[in-house]
Amino acid sequence: MLQSKSFVKKTKQGRIQKVVREHYLRDDVYCGFVPCSACDAAAERKLDAAAAAILVVDTNVVLHQIDLLENPAIEDVVLLSVVLDEVKNKNLAVFNRIKALCTNKARRFYVFANEQHRDTYVKDMVGESSNDRNDRAIRVAACWYQSHLGESTKVLLITNDRDNKRKAIEEGLNAETVESYVRSLAQPGLLDLVVVPTSGDVTMEDAEDHRPSKKKVIYNEHKPMSEVTSGLRCGIYHQGKLRVNRYNPFEAYVGSESIGDEIVIHGRSNMNRAFDGDIVAVELLPQDQWHESKSFIADDDEEEEDVHLAPNSADDAPRNTSSTQSTVGSSAPSVSSRPIGRVVGIIKRNWNSYCGSLEPMPMPAGSRGVAHALFVSKDRRIPKIRIQTRQLENLVNKRIIVAVDSWDVLSRYPSGHYVRTIGDIGDKETETEVVLIENDINTRPFSTQVLACLPPLPWTLSLEDLSNPNRQDLRHVRVFSVDPPGCRDIDDALHCTLLPNGNFEVGVHIADVTNFVHPGTPLDEEAAQRGTSVYLVGQRIDMLPKPLTEDVCSLRADVERLAFSVIWEMTPDADIISTRYTKSVIKSCAAMSYVEAQARMDDSRLVDPLTVDLRNLNSLAKIMRQRRCERGALTLASAEVKFEIDSETHDPLDIGMYQIREANQMIEEFMLAANISVAEKILKYFPLCSLLRRHPSPTKEMLEPLLRTASSVGLNLDVSSSKALAESLDNAKSNDPYFNKLIRILATRCMTQAVYFCSGDLTFSEYYHYGLAASLYTHFTSPIRRYADVVVHRLLAAALDIAKLPPIFQDGPQLTGIADNLNYRHRNAQMASRASVELHTLIYFRTRPTDTEARIVKVKANGFIVFVPKFGIEGPIYLTPRGDKGGDWVVDEVHQRVTKPGTNISYAVLQTVRIHMEVVEPQPHRPKLQLTLI
Amino acid sequence: MEYVNPLTGFRVDGRRPNEMRQLKGEVGVVARADGSALFEMGNTRVIAAVYGPREIQNRGQQVNSNEALVRCEYRMAEFSTGDRRRKPKGDRRSTEISLVIRQTMEASILTHLMPRSQIDIFVQVLQADGGTRSACINAATLALADAGIPMRDIVTSCSAGYLCSTPLLDLNYIEDSAGGPDVTVGILTKMDKVTLLQMDAKLPMDTFENVMELAIEGCKAIATYIREVLLENTKRLECQRG
Repeated sequence: MLQSKSFVKKTKQGRIQKVVREHYLRDDVYCGFVPCSACDAAAERKLDAAAAAILVVDTNVVLHQIDLLENPAIEDVVLLSVVLDEVKNKNLAVFNRIKALCTNKARRFYVFANEQHRDTYVKDMVGESSNDRNDRAIRVAACWYQSHLGESTKVLLITNDRDNKRKAIEEGLNAETVESYVRSLAQPGLLDLVVVPTSGDVTMEDAEDHRPSKKKVIYNEHKPMSEVTSGLRCGIYHQGKLRVNRYNPFEAYVGSESIGDEIVIHGRSNMNRAFDGDIVAVELLPQDQWHESKSFIADDDEEEEDVHLAPNSADDAPRNTSSTQSTVGSSAPSVSSRPIGRVVGIIKRNWNSYCGSLEPMPMPAGSRGVAHALFVSKDRRIPKIRIQTRQLENLVNKRIIVAVDSWDVLSRYPSGHYVRTIGDIGDKETETEVVLIENDINTRPFSTQVLACLPPLPWTLSLEDLSNPNRQDLRHVRVFSVDPPGCRDIDDALHCTLLPNGNFEVGVHIADVTNFVHPGTPLDEEAAQRGTSVYLVGQRIDMLPKPLTEDVCSLRADVERLAFSVIWEMTPDADIISTRYTKSVIKSCAAMSYVEAQARMDDSRLVDPLTVDLRNLNSLAKIMRQRRCERGALTLASAEVKFEIDSETHDPLDIGMYQIREANQMIEEFMLAANISVAEKILKYFPLCSLLRRHPSPTKEMLEPLLRTASSVGLNLDVSSSKALAESLDNAKSNDPYFNKLIRILATRCMTQAVYFCSGDLTFSEYYHYGLAASLYTHFTSPIRRYADVVVHRLLAAALDIAKLPPIFQDGPQLTGIADNLNYRHRNAQMASRASVELHTLIYFRTRPTDTEARIVKVKANGFIVFVPKFGIEGPIYLTPRGDKGGDWVVDEVHQRVTKPGTNISYAVLQTVRIHMEVVEPQPHRPKLQLTLI
Repeated sequence: MEYVNPLTGFRVDGRRPNEMRQLKGEVGVVARADGSALFEMGNTRVIAAVYGPREIQNRGQQVNSNEALVRCEYRMAEFSTGDRRRKPKGDRRSTEISLVIRQTMEASILTHLMPRSQIDIFVQVLQADGGTRSACINAATLALADAGIPMRDIVTSCSAGYLCSTPLLDLNYIEDSAGGPDVTVGILTKMDKVTLLQMDAKLPMDTFENVMELAIEGCKAIATYIREVLLENTKRLECQRG
């Protein structure tokens, strides 16, 4: 073991400090080549003896060609630790992907710690930049490999850096560019994955496209980073995350903390190549240019234009839609109060891979060559992406994934590369997969390691479980469950017994998932990563493997199951006298659906014990609900729809609103009560590391659209507190039966989402759950489908001294990380269900053009957005033909009304209109639902 | 931050989790002292000087006239860290470490053999890079042995921490300032007795046992090295005598 010291100078809070760190060099870092005899026999080996060449890749190859590396055709790659460190510093997402490759046992990717190896460590040279030093380190390591493995094995350095390649060849190494290497593999499909370098690293092969005279700068150059940071510091620029308008991709907002308001950005040229989600630096435009432009609904096809596939041609300029928008339509452009700006620099890119399809185009004559195509993302906020492909005929009319590589000032669209094909456009399976991919939902089958953690099947109650002193035998109690019809993952059950003193014993029994999912196991890690089960129309993506979800944990009828119970003693007035928590064994006597339970309660002839229990519970629930509403809990509404699915074709047969019955509300009430009781218990024992759920109070600005809509119809809403809002929502009545629900739906949309958090991160007053008007709340009742509940189960078990608290709870940042992941997964799961509903709506209306009633929810200059209560659909309706910028119509912001001057035709918000819904295909394979006014 | 690289398994300075920094010990570095030693653990460098046994200077301090009085003074040199320290001595931390070292050394010195006398141990940190407490105890042991003060056994000390779900031996400054648990153990190696155990964080019992086990392993390795140094020193003295 040799030792050397590296000297680093480092500034810390502006001060210059010399930091000396030790750096140990070692001789026990091995090459990982299977037949190597020089290295320690016990060392891990991954590089195959039969490999044609051992590949050593440089940092930029990993950063840009990660899609290629993930392809199974690329194997026997050595990743140097210097490369990994650089990748990690530059792009964490890519680093995580390469890390997954290195840890994947099926792939032959070997990590070589060159910085720790005695022979491959390189000292910094005076005057050498860190880039040059790292390049040198890579070459030295490649050299070492070549001499270590001998002449019989070829070591190939893959680099796109011309200089590096030249030096490597001078030093007697084999070096190639990515493109030439992939060409040598003779797999044409693979070439599509190669990112074509845009900078002058390598001479472009398509040099004939190079027409320098025609090159024209379309976008402004981004300001250098140093200028951006100094500009931010002195307040010329403002930093924030760019969010593109969903309805109009030419408009974006940057929420800036320094201004405290949103900066509006109009047009692609002002957005200056920024993507949705990028962290950008924005410069404000002079105040006289702050025109209040009309808010338009941009049509899908607005961007439709002649496609110029040759890159960098002059006519590629983005038309400045904002300037036309701002002058036409309003006779005197009023100076708006909202600041308007333009992007001057991008601080952090949010580039991803996107799902979409190629823009229809005539097939080029020679179909074998390289074709340029424009890719249209399904997400409308993403601009078109230019890609190169050699397999155009295979890609048209397919859903494909494309990754973005760069966006040059000379090019109107960003350029990217093809990643993979999902399937045919319009196909239900393909589109569902698109939904899942877009929301980052893991649908892979559970790995063997995960499945190995399952208990032996078929599982039955063992004597061990029964003899456990912490587990109470409640099999004699009449427990039953009420769930949606067809529910297989039953995670809650109830009981209600009349006590001799006239009180009720009410128990909520939750599936004891933590009895099977132990902390730190692969099963637990997988569940933590998935975070939640995802419910799509006619499909469920489980968080836990199927045997657990549907059998072992599910509290099905007439089988003995393990449960975690919360048992209250309640007076007939629903006052809780005592609360008890215990692990238990139960045997459910009935698994009912909501409809069944409701029917039993309503049928006055039935007086069997089960029905009596249900009625008792229901009367208690009503009192609890009443009390909760008095405290100020909001009854919000959302437009949930239900499909009837054909069992053969899995196509939707019927569509309707999800009906909420008393039975639903009864179950909900007890689940809320259980969650609140558990939250109190765990917070008492673990004030710093409990996982709770909070719902932040909405700010004035967030409720602004609701208030404006309400006042336009003469309704005054009091939003000073949740109680006031609840009351004024209750009073919002008119002769229109749907009016109240509509207002509630609009109110729901103004709220933020409730989020999980770790109790140590916030102060007690921030724990408040606004919607439920509860000072404490958590999730305890659905551990089969939510990981948060699993965490809470562990906390509760530790609070009861049944189990030890897993060490992860000691680690604050890690716990916060779990909470953040759960929030992310939860949000994505919701988005995916919504998208799935939309998809099925489209399929449903494909064969059934319908006339129906709709309500206007938002008014725009060239139309309005309507909501169809019957189907829960929202969509735009255009008043003016496409292309016309709505000159005929005048918007009245105050009254939320759009009028045609000279006539008395006007449309106001919340007004009912008759519409026609039909699926149209303006272009083949691109169906969309179109709403038109009748 | 990753203190253990998940792909290579190396720590930030290239060690494996169960590896110690390079040790270096030298005795007789201060000519005027009765015993002295220099001890290095990587970049942590400590000098210790022992005076005594000698007559008690201030009788007021004497607690028990049948035993020798052990005094210890720990201080950090102004230049020992990157920033220049303003108060090298007398702050809470120095006082605490002085006390810790004194108590640890007292446990091994056969104080009843030297009644009415006092032993002064001065330790000075020349260069700090984490684990100064351990390095001071090791240096003091060497210096006491050099001074020929009778001891029950050699006391050695080593720290271990727990970062990235891995027990790490002998934390350096970067790892020390990560905020994780830091267990400092001092043991009488041959007698297998613990004389010092400090931790200022929470750790679950089973993990704590693993971490402490690792620290004890470290102490034993240091003891072996210290014996070597002393043996070599004795051999050298033997040669000088002829």
